[in-house]
Amino acid sequence: MDLTPILPEISLVGLAILVIILDLFIRRKETLLFVSVAGLIVPALLTTTLIGRTGSYLFDTVILDPYATFFKFVFLVAAALVLLASADYVDRFRLYDGEYYALILLSAAGMMLMASTRELISIYIALELATIPLAVLAGLQKDARAGEAALKYLLLAGLSSAFLLYGMAILFGLTGTTDLVGIGRGLPEAAGINRGALAMALVLLVAGLGFKISAVPFQFWAPDVYEGAPTPVTAYLSVASKMAGFALVLRFFTTAFATAAIDWPLIFAVLSVLSMTLGNIVAFVQTNIKRLLAYSSIAAAGYIMIGLASGTDLGASGLIFFLLSYAFTNLGAFIAVIAISEQIGSDDIADYAGLARRAPLLAFALTFCLVSLLGIPPTAGFAAKFYLFAGAVQQGLLWLAVIGVINSAISAYYYIKVVRAMYLLEPKTPAPVKISAPVALALFASAAGVLLVFIFAWPIIGLTEAASRSLFVR
Amino acid sequence: MVAELAWLFILLPLLSFLLCVFVTRPYPRLSGYVTIAAVGATFLLALVAFWSVGNLPPDRTLESSVQWVVIGGSVLKVGLIIDSLTAVMLLVVTLISFLIQIYSQGYMAGDPGYSRYYAFMSLFTASMLGLVLANNLVLVFIFWELVGLCSYLLIGFWYQRPAAAAAAKKAFLVTRLGDLGFLSALLVAFNTTGNLDIRHLIDLAETKQLAGATLTAVGLGLFSGAVGKSAQFPLHVWLPDAMEGPTPVSALIHAATMVAAGVYLVGRTLPLFLAAPDVLLVIAVIGGLTAFMAATMGLVMTDIKRVLAYSTISQLGYMMMGLGVGGLVAGIFHLLNHAFFKALLFLAAGSIIHSVGTQDLREMGGLRRFMPVTFLTMLAGAFSLAGLPPFSGFWSKDEILLEALRFGGVGQALYILGLLTAFLTAFYTFRMVFLAFGGHYRGPAVTGDHGHDHGHGAPHESPPVMTVPLIVLAVPSVLSGFLTFGGFFGPFGEFLISRLSWHPHYEPGLDLTTMVLSAAVSILGILGAYAVYGAGWVSPEVFSSTFRSVHTLLVNRYYMDHLYNWIARRIVLGIAGLLDWVDRYGVDGVVNAIAELAVMAAGSLRLLQRGWVQFYALMVTLGIILLVAVFGFFGDIIAFLRG
Repeated sequence: MDLTPILPEISLVGLAILVIILDLFIRRKETLLFVSVAGLIVPALLTTTLIGRTGSYLFDTVILDPYATFFKFVFLVAAALVLLASADYVDRFRLYDGEYYALILLSAAGMMLMASTRELISIYIALELATIPLAVLAGLQKDARAGEAALKYLLLAGLSSAFLLYGMAILFGLTGTTDLVGIGRGLPEAAGINRGALAMALVLLVAGLGFKISAVPFQFWAPDVYEGAPTPVTAYLSVASKMAGFALVLRFFTTAFATAAIDWPLIFAVLSVLSMTLGNIVAFVQTNIKRLLAYSSIAAAGYIMIGLASGTDLGASGLIFFLLSYAFTNLGAFIAVIAISEQIGSDDIADYAGLARRAPLLAFALTFCLVSLLGIPPTAGFAAKFYLFAGAVQQGLLWLAVIGVINSAISAYYYIKVVRAMYLLEPKTPAPVKISAPVALALFASAAGVLLVFIFAWPIIGLTEAASRSLFVR
Repeated sequence: MVAELAWLFILLPLLSFLLCVFVTRPYPRLSGYVTIAAVGATFLLALVAFWSVGNLPPDRTLESSVQWVVIGGSVLKVGLIIDSLTAVMLLVVTLISFLIQIYSQGYMAGDPGYSRYYAFMSLFTASMLGLVLANNLVLVFIFWELVGLCSYLLIGFWYQRPAAAAAAKKAFLVTRLGDLGFLSALLVAFNTTGNLDIRHLIDLAETKQLAGATLTAVGLGLFSGAVGKSAQFPLHVWLPDAMEGPTPVSALIHAATMVAAGVYLVGRTLPLFLAAPDVLLVIAVIGGLTAFMAATMGLVMTDIKRVLAYSTISQLGYMMMGLGVGGLVAGIFHLLNHAFFKALLFLAAGSIIHSVGTQDLREMGGLRRFMPVTFLTMLAGAFSLAGLPPFSGFWSKDEILLEALRFGGVGQALYILGLLTAFLTAFYTFRMVFLAFGGHYRGPAVTGDHGHDHGHGAPHESPPVMTVPLIVLAVPSVLSGFLTFGGFFGPFGEFLISRLSWHPHYEPGLDLTTMVLSAAVSILGILGAYAVYGAGWVSPEVFSSTFRSVHTLLVNRYYMDHLYNWIARRIVLGIAGLLDWVDRYGVDGVVNAIAELAVMAAGSLRLLQRGWVQFYALMVTLGIILLVAVFGFFGDIIAFLRG
């Protein structure tokens, strides 16, 4: 049995266990952070050995293709940045910092698997491996809000899992296989006999997976959990977990429903419009930066679904590129928020007044990320929106692109509101805001990523096109 | 090898710009040295480039291209070209810039913005060199705009003075009007051909693949850019005001950089115009008209720099006229000669202003005794400008006139207009010379022997750092005309046409009638000026009172500025006011309405977010039902559930 395709995941789990064991013996907790971050080099190197390999392994449960490899790297980078950003935060968990690091790593292993499987049982296991640690992480901070957030996440994740399993069961019933490729082959015939079952399965799968990507109307958990959870966990939820959800959704639907006589892209087009619009409008009136970013990430899910709405490899490539850009951008924004709230002890936008004078670099980094979220050059967000919308127009989805652009325009209001507070309002206190070295490193890396993805947009699009093509090769 | 070195022409002054801005800013003198060294190096490079081009086999050029942007399958290549035209321009630009940078050390001494001045001058030189080297219209346009930006920065160098700030703004806005045409020409050309490589466009025009209305539109657009930059009628109004900048800046703008750019562009793309005779005719007529009108205005100006400014406009008109009758060699030759003697005249004027502290000719007089070097060198420049044989201006002016005569038709009218302009030019040039250097000193500061304690005392000769460049520039002003007979690589005209990517029509030869006529009008003009301003046989008031209306018209510069101000105030501001209203109440109204709608919607939508987890679960379930409903799956699903 050739285990090499999942060696990165295995080594990641190993690293998590190592961290927990070390936690028992090591007094200096900084060491744990160092071990977790530096340890990520092992799975990264192992993933490097997989570049260029394609094929189906371990009884067709694990597959390797450029798509899977691309996402493995992205999740490792996201995990590293979140770990670095947690450096100051873990003090609040008192005894649990070893577990904290380990759970982040375990969840990352689940996400990596989510991108590299196309078999229903494995998909479900990968999904839960990614989700359950997140529920624990959300409640790790000992206060009422965190507990509430964790419970809400767990309950609603459970609900969505139920929908998902029901949908999977119907698919299995229709085609008699758990392999997505086999399902894709069997569905046209099955749908001819029982169209209702196909429709039911489709809707349930959309609902179940819609939870992971916080698409409207399955997004209700997001603002409450984002606000209540420790901010690094929120960052992880809004970036890595959402990316994993999309990585799975994209592979799932383009494989299983590729030839089914049902218009699944249209469902995502409608959800896209709902998510963009609701996310942006409700973000309008938010006064808490974490809630604002929560709604902004719901809107982002809307933009990303534009890439699903065409059901083609060009749309998929736009989606993947957007995810990459969004990962750096949103992580950067959240890391800045982490650093700021660590110092000023508040997540209220009103308390950001005059921050540009108290912490010029921090304010600039946050502004840069917000500008990227808004989609203005010279940022990754601009390149991503441009590529995604241009692709949609090419696919004949002009209406969807227009709605996307209008939504982007609306979003300017609330992003700029934060910038305005930082730059134009008077600070309440002149005390400078300090930032610790690991957090600064993570912030710098994210902001550099935002800039570099913009500058090297063309070569990167070459990669995402290769990744998306590998999805459509049968 | 040499072709790749061409990038150094741009990079060296650019580097000195960066050094002046970021490194040597606190050490003004060092900024000056850095700039002088960089520009001096480009002059040496220009000599190398000239030598290399001269040694090329005929019809060959040096080119270096790089890929700039790759979009999909199409590659945008940009590059530099050194052919005979570029080689000549490089020599002119680098030599004159170099001398002006040296001279500026004296003129700008003690100015608080000394480093800033040299930074801008470096950038100016870099941009102009880029412009003459570029082989692609996109690149030309980029440098073209950079040249415009630098002229803005330098004309408004003393931005604390409202007049300087206004002049800078005026230069920027007026030339931008022409640039609009340039940009549209680029868009039309790109849309039709998909390639803005100059050589490619010329090939298309010569093989008639680019012709008709498109070519006319491209030609007119390019020319309108040149009209703005080279201060041709009716966009000439910015140049006289540009005198508000430091005088060495004026010298650079008038001789080698800014205004030469328009003439150069028309020369570089001349085959496009040759293929569109209508546009060519427009160029010739505008050129001739500009030459004449500017000369008439030059007659009545009392500010020494304004006299020179109008003479520049007039001479640029000459060059355009030469190009417009198809005379590439004549036009470019005049550009070369003019660059030297105009730089000389401006630097000499600067030397006077530096000495007497005024620009008003009426307050000068008798300066030849105080400033002999300035006097003699300026005299050389004035003879050249007046077109007196054998000074350089005579030869190129003659070639232009001859080309006009050969052109026939309108050309003959332009020939006569040209001769008339030559007379006026000689007259106003020597009016200036006699007013400044002849007679007795009329300035206010001559009372004490040496009143150095209160501002400027008695006029005095300028320091060597200023007079040496004058002397150096006087040499080509006297001699460069003889290049028409022979130089390092043969006569100027034959060299110029030998290493181009196309074959201009050129017929060497001198026409005795034209030579005699133009020499005669030149001498007549100088004598006329002597009669009125030198010897005082006729009082100038006789003219101004006899032709009062003409005089008023000229003093008011044909009311062109009045016209523009009226248009700006009444029409532009009127439309602006209307649009402002639409923006305030129309556009903003809609935006505000949307914003308020969004806030209202947010107010009601946020009510869904109550924080009750069971409510959320309910909403998720409702969401599924909603999806089923929206996609019309109800019937299918009910059938499914029934089994």
